[in-house]
Amino acid sequence: MERTAVRRRLTWQAGTVTEIREETATARTIVLDLPDWPGHLAGQHLDVRLTAPDGYRASRSYSIASAWTGTTVELTVEQVPDGEVSSYLVGVLGVGDQLEVRGPVGGWFVWRPESTGPIQLIGGGSGVVPLMAMLRQHAHASSTAPARLLYSVRRATSVIYREDLKTLAASDDVDLTFVYTREAPPGEPRVGRIDAELLAAKAFAPSDELTTYVCGPTPFVETVADLLVAAGHDPARVRTERFGPTGGPR
Amino acid sequence: MGIVSPGFTGRRSGSDLPPGQYLTRDFPVLSAGPTPRILPEHWEFSITTETGEVHKWDWQAFLQLPSEEITRDIHCVTRWSKLQSEWKGVSLDTLFADVETGADFVMAHSYGGYTTNLPLEDLLDGQAWIAYEFEGEPLGAEHGGPARLLVPHLYFWKSAKWVRGLALSDSDDLGFWESAGYHEYGDPWKEQRYAGD
Repeated sequence: MERTAVRRRLTWQAGTVTEIREETATARTIVLDLPDWPGHLAGQHLDVRLTAPDGYRASRSYSIASAWTGTTVELTVEQVPDGEVSSYLVGVLGVGDQLEVRGPVGGWFVWRPESTGPIQLIGGGSGVVPLMAMLRQHAHASSTAPARLLYSVRRATSVIYREDLKTLAASDDVDLTFVYTREAPPGEPRVGRIDAELLAAKAFAPSDELTTYVCGPTPFVETVADLLVAAGHDPARVRTERFGPTGGPR
Repeated sequence: MGIVSPGFTGRRSGSDLPPGQYLTRDFPVLSAGPTPRILPEHWEFSITTETGEVHKWDWQAFLQLPSEEITRDIHCVTRWSKLQSEWKGVSLDTLFADVETGADFVMAHSYGGYTTNLPLEDLLDGQAWIAYEFEGEPLGAEHGGPARLLVPHLYFWKSAKWVRGLALSDSDDLGFWESAGYHEYGDPWKEQRYAGD
């Protein structure tokens, strides 16, 4: 029997909510103090488990929004319509409450600070969350790997991490482009989805060193990943994370 | 550990789902990279034994094999379950009919480079198919078309999309997600999501 990876069992652990930041009308960041957290890579996620007073339990996976700096773990949760767990996390959970989590999970959609090649991050909506962890890790490690974020949002009020992104984009190594799909703020003439022309103008050109990370709703990721492959990017260098249904008729 | 969230009521599905799963009527997608677009005329499927013997089918030969209508519940490790999903495909019993092997393990290989490992006994005796239709339509590329492995009794990452071959082996090596922290077997009823579960 060959085993190619360290196989460590993930156990549930308790965390305490130390801070909550409202990011948009439907998304909030939850800061958890997790004394037993083993650390994580940017891009990984964790499972949150809720237990109702009658013992009923529900769990969901959430991308980690923060870089591991040895203290806390931050989640950004977008309220899903009728979401069983997200409705509680966004609407009910308060500072001082406890949550059970386990993780970190995922060894593919990750960025390691020792890697030096350029990184292209492309996020749609709350798909920006694991990409934000990568940018924060990039800053924390003082990485000089060139990084670009293309962030597709409906309108200016949909932007998560507005102030943090501005701060991060002040670095010479980080470039930030917002894409507004419904309504652009004054001074931003372009309204529309990411297309081939925009990728050619704003994203890194294909190269052997580049790694591209795409995260968002399934139709967004399908479209962007197809555009990247059509533009000559090696599919093996495009890492994706999708959420939600394929769209179209149900 | 018993942390209770007083304001959490939850939503019981009322269905007999594996632990930790919720019901969806959508068909979500989990893939690690861009969707490979494989034309049926370029598609090939092979079974390679531990001695290197290769059994190969192209699309035409594959479609001439007897097919089955399959209705099964499917369970994704990301926690959605879809009940009574309808597929059409070729049973692996049919594809293995002329394959001589003493191997216990299989690595499924996909176009695009994806891999997943399974015990051979989980693929035989009416438990697994190479599926090419979903709910009466040709299987879409985002769901693994033109053809995918279908092993509904295991978490759905075992049902490799864009499958192009099965390689038999005496050793139980780890596939793509299994190497990235997921369980080597993935039984949803035992909630084997991650390594060590």
